[in-house]
Amino acid sequence: MADKTMSAAEAVAQIESGMTVGIGGWGSRRKPMALVRELLRTDVRDLTVVAFGGPDVGLLCAAGKVRKLVYGFVSLDSIPLDPHFTAAREAGHIETAEYDEGMFVAALRAGANRLSFEPTRAGLESDVLTMNPNLKTVKSPYDDEVYVAVPGVRMDVSLIHLNRGDARGNGQYLGPDPYFDDLIAMASDRCIMSVEKIVPTEELLRDAVPQTLLVSRMYVHGVVEAPRGAHFTTCDPDYGRDETFQRAYAKAARDPEAWSAFQERFLSGDEASYHRAVADFHAAEAAESEEKQ
Amino acid sequence: MTADVTRAEICVAACSDTYRDAGEILAHAVGIVPSIGARLARLTHAPDLVLTDGECFLMSEPPPLGASAAAGGVIEGWVPFRRIFGILNSGRRQSMMGASQIDRWGNQNISAIGDWRQPKKQLIGVRGAPGNTVNHRVDYWVSSHTRRVFVEKVDIVAGVGNDRARARTDQSLRFHDLGVVVTNLAVLGYDAEGRMEVRSLHPGVTPEELQEQTGFDIDVSRATTTRVPDDEELRLIREVIDPKGLRNREVSA
Repeated sequence: MADKTMSAAEAVAQIESGMTVGIGGWGSRRKPMALVRELLRTDVRDLTVVAFGGPDVGLLCAAGKVRKLVYGFVSLDSIPLDPHFTAAREAGHIETAEYDEGMFVAALRAGANRLSFEPTRAGLESDVLTMNPNLKTVKSPYDDEVYVAVPGVRMDVSLIHLNRGDARGNGQYLGPDPYFDDLIAMASDRCIMSVEKIVPTEELLRDAVPQTLLVSRMYVHGVVEAPRGAHFTTCDPDYGRDETFQRAYAKAARDPEAWSAFQERFLSGDEASYHRAVADFHAAEAAESEEKQ
Repeated sequence: MTADVTRAEICVAACSDTYRDAGEILAHAVGIVPSIGARLARLTHAPDLVLTDGECFLMSEPPPLGASAAAGGVIEGWVPFRRIFGILNSGRRQSMMGASQIDRWGNQNISAIGDWRQPKKQLIGVRGAPGNTVNHRVDYWVSSHTRRVFVEKVDIVAGVGNDRARARTDQSLRFHDLGVVVTNLAVLGYDAEGRMEVRSLHPGVTPEELQEQTGFDIDVSRATTTRVPDDEELRLIREVIDPKGLRNREVSA
């Protein structure tokens, strides 16, 4: 039985410049941040990134790794906009395919189903068609309706983060929402799954219902154990969003000088040093708020 | 009680009124005032309305503002994001969304300001506006009614307006249904041609002020005065739904 466990560095080494990379999660929720941080440590560039975007997209934009972004939105949820993403757009640095959220899901579904397109009403008469001049409509063969033919999106590699998984690549979510991670895995040639904890297969359902088994090993090519690997986004029920840290991220991202300092402090080392720096950050915050009291 | 009613509370009641006759559908509300309005509707004239906790659970009783199912309450359904798109495609949903720009035909923009290729100001993206507006009723909420929002022409059409929907010669947009625009100054509707008009001005707002804050000519001639919430509505707003008074942060008195 294949053991697919590997280090984050080994996993990310499968990504080459110019590839199309899908990222799971939603906004600032259950993002594969440890894998994204690992990707930041490489010299890969010119990526086409496909995501319901959050700080994953912001970080990759700031690092100059994104050539094109396929997205329904980019948001930090509790903070509406990611400053790196807005800066990259306003500088005209990235190509975009901005879709309606439902169209984005249709694109993933068509990709997973190996269909060239999926019909949907969403997008008709909106400027999504103006902003994506390659999009075509299709006339219904049955009645007087016309739909947007959303082209299926296929990804070379996708990155997702789940709560638990086994060494063979079965992935389990324990939070309230699966997002679209299974669909993203199915629409990808290779899927790298990080998990909070790798457990023996027989333990997956010890305290959970079978419906939590979201991702099948058929679609997973690498399993990376990454505790707190979604930080600073949510990973319920293991941990919620680190709002204090997210605020610090967004604040730094608005100012180039502050961003250099943030990078130096948090992103210049490996994953272990990232988590140490985050712990130090919280210790300093706690000391400061104690002083104020 | 009605003597000291705030502007925000008048807006809440106007948002609540958008769900009259909505039936047994999912209420989707973006913003504090619309969220209070949906809960108020559920507790008064629209008992069949379906409400979410803002995450992925349907709650059998209106959940406290800003609290997810984790904070308590009875869950009656599970609607992760993947099922939301099915619900909106089925038409069993009604939305009140925000608008960074809106024009006289109800074309709405939340995507970006300026040229989409290199915007002057990137906003959140079109999100679900294109799909919502072609699948079920959509209303808009504008907490600050100004010429910057009410523009002659929006930079990017996210939510589809009446002119575009009506220009179609086929049946594809048969579910397009713009309701009203509730703002801090007025309730705006659309006339027979689909052009925006003023339904009612909030108490104390003059027609001149409304026109001054609107970047296109708008018909105020048929406007009445927006109703003030009754005592029971005020009690629900103040004591049950929004005891912390978050509504007054979104709209100042």
